Amino acid sequence: MADQLLHQQTDDAPLATSKQRDAVERAKSSIPEASGTQITARAVTINRPVAEVFAYFRDFANFPSFMENVERVDVFDRQRSHWVVKAPAGGTVEWDARLTAEEENRLLAWTSGDGADVPNSGQVEFHDAGARGTVIVATILYDPPGGVIGKVIAKMFQREPAIQARRDLRRLKQLLETGEIATPAMNRRQYEEMGL
Amino acid sequence: MKAIAWHGKHDVRVDTVDDPGIVNPRDCVIKVTSTAICGSDLHLYDGYIPTMQSGDILGHEFMGEVVEVGPKSTLKKGQRVVVPFTISCGSCYHCSKHQYSACDNGLPADNQDIAQELYGQPMAGLFGYSHMTGGYAGGQAEYVRVPFSDVGPIVIPDGVEDDKVLFLSDILPTGWMAAENADIEPGDTVAVWGCGPVGLFAVQSAFLMGAERVIAIDHFPNRLALAKRFGAETINFEESAVYEALMVMTGGIGPDAVIDSVGLEAHGFFVDNVLDQIKASTFLGTDRAHANRQAIIACRKGGRVSMPAVYGGFVDKWPLGAFMEKGLTLKTGQTHVQHYMPALLQAILEDKIDTEFLISHRMPLSDGPEGYKMFHDQQNEVTKIVLKPGLD
Repeated sequence: MADQLLHQQTDDAPLATSKQRDAVERAKSSIPEASGTQITARAVTINRPVAEVFAYFRDFANFPSFMENVERVDVFDRQRSHWVVKAPAGGTVEWDARLTAEEENRLLAWTSGDGADVPNSGQVEFHDAGARGTVIVATILYDPPGGVIGKVIAKMFQREPAIQARRDLRRLKQLLETGEIATPAMNRRQYEEMGL
Repeated sequence: MKAIAWHGKHDVRVDTVDDPGIVNPRDCVIKVTSTAICGSDLHLYDGYIPTMQSGDILGHEFMGEVVEVGPKSTLKKGQRVVVPFTISCGSCYHCSKHQYSACDNGLPADNQDIAQELYGQPMAGLFGYSHMTGGYAGGQAEYVRVPFSDVGPIVIPDGVEDDKVLFLSDILPTGWMAAENADIEPGDTVAVWGCGPVGLFAVQSAFLMGAERVIAIDHFPNRLALAKRFGAETINFEESAVYEALMVMTGGIGPDAVIDSVGLEAHGFFVDNVLDQIKASTFLGTDRAHANRQAIIACRKGGRVSMPAVYGGFVDKWPLGAFMEKGLTLKTGQTHVQHYMPALLQAILEDKIDTEFLISHRMPLSDGPEGYKMFHDQQNEVTKIVLKPGLD
């Protein structure tokens, strides 16, 4: 126990990067209504003002434009939305999401409702980074579909949150900084074939 | 359209592929009028660069005429442009500091994973240079889609021939940045390993920056003769011992700055190089780096090491001890082409820099595969091949 305390006092690294077994439990205690067995965190710096970045992000209907696997987000009201997300082997998974915390230009936290195909929750922090723009830190807790085997399959299809979150944040950055999302497609036909 | 495509080690072909078109708002499409084979294309040809896929269109040194523009391109149809080999957005933090090759957004999101794992952070996209640099179709083709055409391509005034300005796309700015990275002070002696195009432009640039002496090192007589033409002294490493020669030529001090423009396929039969070749052929190491080791050992105490040469992965037996004990400084990186193009175009127009001397062969695009073979097999005679789709 003493070791544990010492560790906490001398390690400022984000919990999602912890090698300690209790990291997920400790993370849950700091995120409202969080649940899940896996944790991942990604950060990106976007060279735009925090108010602009937050406003774009807060409109969940924008998500399909930078999140490769999000097919559709139906926004019911300020708190509740419905997500339709591509899954391995051509299927989809769906869930209702509910905001559990919101501070303008600072924080959004969410949780998926009971009975979600892929239970997930987490928070997205926004920091004003001055001349560098805005830092976004996304922390995601989730239960991978079908346990370990599901995770392996998901990884093969690049549908695994740890990989996906990093790519999606890069796309968000590209869209807000350059007005478009970089693609190697030579023409529209190739672009359609590649998806997104 | 016709394009030069990679199909494996020492296997490039003329393929017929889809025409490119506008995909993103800032794109343009150019009709290629001149496109060169780069020394670094030989690294692909020799199979040293991972993540190539059969059918990838090669080429990153090209220019041509704008034939299509996206709604946010600032170019006009009919303009002649030289295209930088780095694909950079112009709006991220790094681009705003003119560190264009470190652009955050030039590389498609899905292609960033490998560089992130290998290098820690992803770099800019590159034309025609494997999927870890974006998987973008290259310029050894009749037409090319050019992303971020509002910040990349430079417009060439009418009446200036292609061959004069084509090398703004890569090797001229690369040679210039190599000399700039050597922090040359008036009176300095600068040693340049490798008299390929980058090395030869580094020689010219070093003199323009005030170097008193430039010593060029290679083993191809024809290339050494070109270096001499620009005022360099030369060492042929097949005929003389390089370190010993440099020490005598610099009064026992060593060169003030050294430039490695050889890179991962160093030639020559030295013990460490042979070991590297064995390791590379058995996938134990990816980069052969003899020239770089020799440059560090030869460099004077407190001197500068500039490394324009391409390295992709890992080297061992790198003389870190010599580097530390002598207090050397290393500057390197892919070229920030967009930063250098305007001033270098001006220098060409004012005849301060000679570019056309380099071109030894001009041939139709469809002779590209033969061009690769010649460039690979006859490095003494073939200094630069420019493919002209108009000659087909």
